[in-house]
Amino acid sequence: MTTLADAPEHAAAAGPVPPRRAPRPRRWGDRALRAVAGLVLVYLFVPIAVIVLFSFNEPRGKFNLTWKGFTLENWADPFRYPQLTDALETSLHVAAVSTAVAVVLGTFVAVALVRQRFRGSGAIDTFLVLPLTAPEVVMGASLLTLFIDLGWNRGFLTIVIAHIAFEVSFVAMTVKARLRGFDWTLEDAAMDLGATPTRTFLRVTLPLILPGVVAAAMLSFALSLDDFIITYFNSGSTVTYPLYVNAATKTGLPPQINVLATAILLVSLVLLGASVLWQRRRLTS
Amino acid sequence: MAGTAAGGRRRSRVAPYAMVLPAVAYLGVFFVYPLWSLLRTSLSRNSGSVFLPTLEFDWAWSNYGDAFTDFRDQIVRSFVYAGLATAICIALAYPLAYVIAFKSGRYRNLLLGLVILPFFVTFLVRTLAWKTILADDGWVVSALDTVGLLPREGRLLSTSWGVVGGLVYNFLPFMVLPLYVSLEKIDPRLLEAAGDLYSTSWRGFRKVVVPLSMPGVIAGSLLVFIPASGDFVNAQYLGGTQNTMIGNVIQKQFLVVKDYPAAAALSFVLMAIILAAVLAYTRALGTDDLV
Repeated sequence: MTTLADAPEHAAAAGPVPPRRAPRPRRWGDRALRAVAGLVLVYLFVPIAVIVLFSFNEPRGKFNLTWKGFTLENWADPFRYPQLTDALETSLHVAAVSTAVAVVLGTFVAVALVRQRFRGSGAIDTFLVLPLTAPEVVMGASLLTLFIDLGWNRGFLTIVIAHIAFEVSFVAMTVKARLRGFDWTLEDAAMDLGATPTRTFLRVTLPLILPGVVAAAMLSFALSLDDFIITYFNSGSTVTYPLYVNAATKTGLPPQINVLATAILLVSLVLLGASVLWQRRRLTS
Repeated sequence: MAGTAAGGRRRSRVAPYAMVLPAVAYLGVFFVYPLWSLLRTSLSRNSGSVFLPTLEFDWAWSNYGDAFTDFRDQIVRSFVYAGLATAICIALAYPLAYVIAFKSGRYRNLLLGLVILPFFVTFLVRTLAWKTILADDGWVVSALDTVGLLPREGRLLSTSWGVVGGLVYNFLPFMVLPLYVSLEKIDPRLLEAAGDLYSTSWRGFRKVVVPLSMPGVIAGSLLVFIPASGDFVNAQYLGGTQNTMIGNVIQKQFLVVKDYPAAAALSFVLMAIILAAVLAYTRALGTDDLV
């Protein structure tokens, strides 16, 4: 925790004068700025530290909200509450299915928009931003009215449908941002050499845009796993991890919630680190 | 015709449409149509029996009038809280984004990763953690109490500050990232030029960095203000019954009271006010090409 928060200070101490630097920096101003930035980072991490710490708590009673004592018991038995485990499984399942669909839809639209201008491309660009500007509560409510109109029972399927609806725009934006400056003539080169459009896409375009697609998929997965508001409106009796937590605030918050939250964080950290290393390797090779 | 530059001409005219169609069709069915459905609901009237309620469309504009009069407090509170949270986010995010963009050296990616890391811990669990941190018998309250900075309620939970603090925390990364993107694009030579022309670094910051970072400030403000104004989780967990926001009402009307027309009308009131606020804000900052 402290090492994370101290990172900007290390950055300050690292090596000779960084190339990007304002002229004639006043040392005290510079230090104050770094200190403020460091404090903001610490602020971002305080609740995370509390969550990790409370995964080792030994609460008396049902609510893991005040510190009582250190124990490793919760970590030894993370799947003690089957409903919590089921909820987490449902969440992972929803995230995987919805991300798979959203990544395909979003990547195609992003590639089409960046590669060439065509009639209506500007309008489609704007249209894709719209879901990001609707408050979640409105998106959740509007989907609920649709499902009520259609007479559909809410459950796994409606959650997935709702998640795809907000993920597509995020995927399209992320992939688009990563595609700027991409050399599209490489596709022409492949086709000049006799590759079919499909083969060109699979063998030339896709490998080149892959880092952007992977970043978009990770973002989409994280957003899905995290979503509470839209899911809350469209879940019926299906329970995802956030929905379980919400219900648990009334009936009892077991420390296993913190254990699983910390585990998700650790897995994300590993994936994030791996993707950074992977991209660095791609850049150097 | 020959040569690589002809690529655009040679490509199929149909291909781009085939590629955008699935996403556009999906959003048409599951984003635009539901909004249309919600709009119709907002102009409908509850009818039928208690056991089999039905909705009847008949241009019931009174739903909107009722929404304003019944929930004026929540509407006002939502926008005050969201506005405050946006302003505080700008103040906190700017130094952090600035340091990452200009002074982080090879730690840049690490720091950016750290900024998005909270997203990997569930939103609800993070908000619950704030409940622990801000608890009446917690060390934050007692520390503030010691130095005499505690708000007059004598606590932080169930106050406006608890809700605003939660909103700031949850949406801060959405401000840091676009700010970083626009700061990172600034050519440091512009600052050197300002220095060469005997500008102080503060003046250089104000006259060069701030104007060039405006697109980031605006994008970040939208990304914070819009979700914050519709949020109900922070108000539910960190606020009391006196601090409910418009999202709490929409949620309750939809899922508990099941008064769909009232909830739908409130949803559109929320969107209309967001739109007005966004337009006024971008107009005031002089970049209307964003919307």
